[in-house]
Amino acid sequence: MKTPLKLLLPLSGLLALSSPALAQELAPPAMGEVGYILNTFMFLVTGFLVMFMGAGFSMLEAGLVRSKNVTIQLTKNISLFAIAAIMYYLVGYNLMYPGDAWTITNVLGAFSTTTLDPVGLAETIPDLTYASVGSDFFFQLMFCATTASIVSGTLAERIKLSPFLVFTVVLTGLIYPVQASWKWGAGFLDTDFGFLDFAGSTVVHSVGGWAALAGAIVLGPRIGKYRDGKTVPMPGSNLPLATLGTFILWLGWFGFNGGSQLYMNTAGNVADISRIFANTNTAAAGGALAALLASKLLFRKPDLTMVLNGALAGLVSITAEPLTPGLGAATLIGAVGGVLVVVAVPLLDRLKIDDAVGAIPVHLVCGIWGTLAVVFTNGDATLFGQVASILIVGAFVFGTSMVVWLVLKATMGIRVSTEDEVNGLDWAELGMEAYPEFARS
Amino acid sequence: MKLIIATIKPFKLEDVRAALTEAGVQGLMVSEIKGYGRQAGHTEIYRGAEYVVNYVPKLRVETVVPDTEAANIVAVLAKAAHTGKIGDGKIFTLNVEEALRVRTGETGEDAL
Repeated sequence: MKTPLKLLLPLSGLLALSSPALAQELAPPAMGEVGYILNTFMFLVTGFLVMFMGAGFSMLEAGLVRSKNVTIQLTKNISLFAIAAIMYYLVGYNLMYPGDAWTITNVLGAFSTTTLDPVGLAETIPDLTYASVGSDFFFQLMFCATTASIVSGTLAERIKLSPFLVFTVVLTGLIYPVQASWKWGAGFLDTDFGFLDFAGSTVVHSVGGWAALAGAIVLGPRIGKYRDGKTVPMPGSNLPLATLGTFILWLGWFGFNGGSQLYMNTAGNVADISRIFANTNTAAAGGALAALLASKLLFRKPDLTMVLNGALAGLVSITAEPLTPGLGAATLIGAVGGVLVVVAVPLLDRLKIDDAVGAIPVHLVCGIWGTLAVVFTNGDATLFGQVASILIVGAFVFGTSMVVWLVLKATMGIRVSTEDEVNGLDWAELGMEAYPEFARS
Repeated sequence: MKLIIATIKPFKLEDVRAALTEAGVQGLMVSEIKGYGRQAGHTEIYRGAEYVVNYVPKLRVETVVPDTEAANIVAVLAKAAHTGKIGDGKIFTLNVEEALRVRTGETGEDAL
């Protein structure tokens, strides 16, 4: 397309005039508010990318459960997101980032609600080296919601709605923010163990995985899943949706890992964010391809659901350190995750731990792998610090989750009746179906 | 009149239709079915767990033809549906007592 000359002329004049000023602005310290603006803007954009992962989890889970349980799965996903958002405001954010207001130093944060910056930053002097409170809160709460999303998939097709939502309240309000404060709130794992977890292979993903594992053990497998020592497949209802969900998660992960750079106020930070985007992408590719090949070799035919899990496995694996690896190392780290998933899914079945969507292999197994893999590319990481932190976080989350699940089981009950499970939770719990072609009027 | 019922491999439908049309067959009823014969299904693997596919998808093709044509039509159909591999299907021939064209009221072979 041709640009009219009259439009070009003033534009070129403007460029000529502005170039000396631009050169001045590039000189580092004289940033003024620009760094604050860019950091904040980055948090808002990457935050809404992570928010969209809620849609990714919803579609993935809707596709991988049977059609009689799709509506309940969607209901859980949107409800858990809403619960996470409110719990993070009520207690989570300050529990996770207490600043100097620790209740127990470096172990238990502050119990208070979140307060935003005043309108127009009136009568405040903002910390121009960072970003607005609103953007930081918005960004961080999305990670809290992601953790809760992981749990819903594992327990699908047999857990009652209300105990699941109660567990979500405890997970997002207490369990997640407390352990996250140990690393990201500058608590003891950060200061004493030198633990490195860039965007949360452990802090987010394995935490979701541990909570899901405890739930799966207390809840038991779906009826008919394990019969005569064999695993009975329960094929998902909609693989196009599962694939769409995986692509959405892949997209959202750029915000997840990229935003975790936390700063976009220098050329170095922007270059780092770019590295993170590229590494995150290639790790997912490595995971997907590795799962494709591994499932073909092990199961005769490639298994799409494994390839989808494999892409996510690659993403989880690179999340603990998406910055320091080169593209080659990032691809390999993701590929190992892809193979781990294909091996872990049948292994979990042999232990009769029923995970409806493969969330434990993806988020827990690869979360651990990704956290360990940091030592390969980041010289600041120590194997001791990584292993100790994995164990401490694992013990805390698995232990507290187990207690909550057992209490819920003893009080309100966590499992639907056999009849309701066979008929489907959509009808039993909600009285509505996802695909009501034959309306039961 | 004879009713010819054939179960065929789904991908053979267009070959069968073309062959039958050429042989003078003017109408065909086709339905999607599942079933098993001596082939008795096969195994598949989903997320690492092996399972048996007991019922194989097939198409059921039905047509009614005059007695004199029946043997020829069956032969044409069998040739068109043939691959030589397991699961090619079966053809059954049944007697038909009466036929009626709803629009005109014609009966017997005139209704075909």
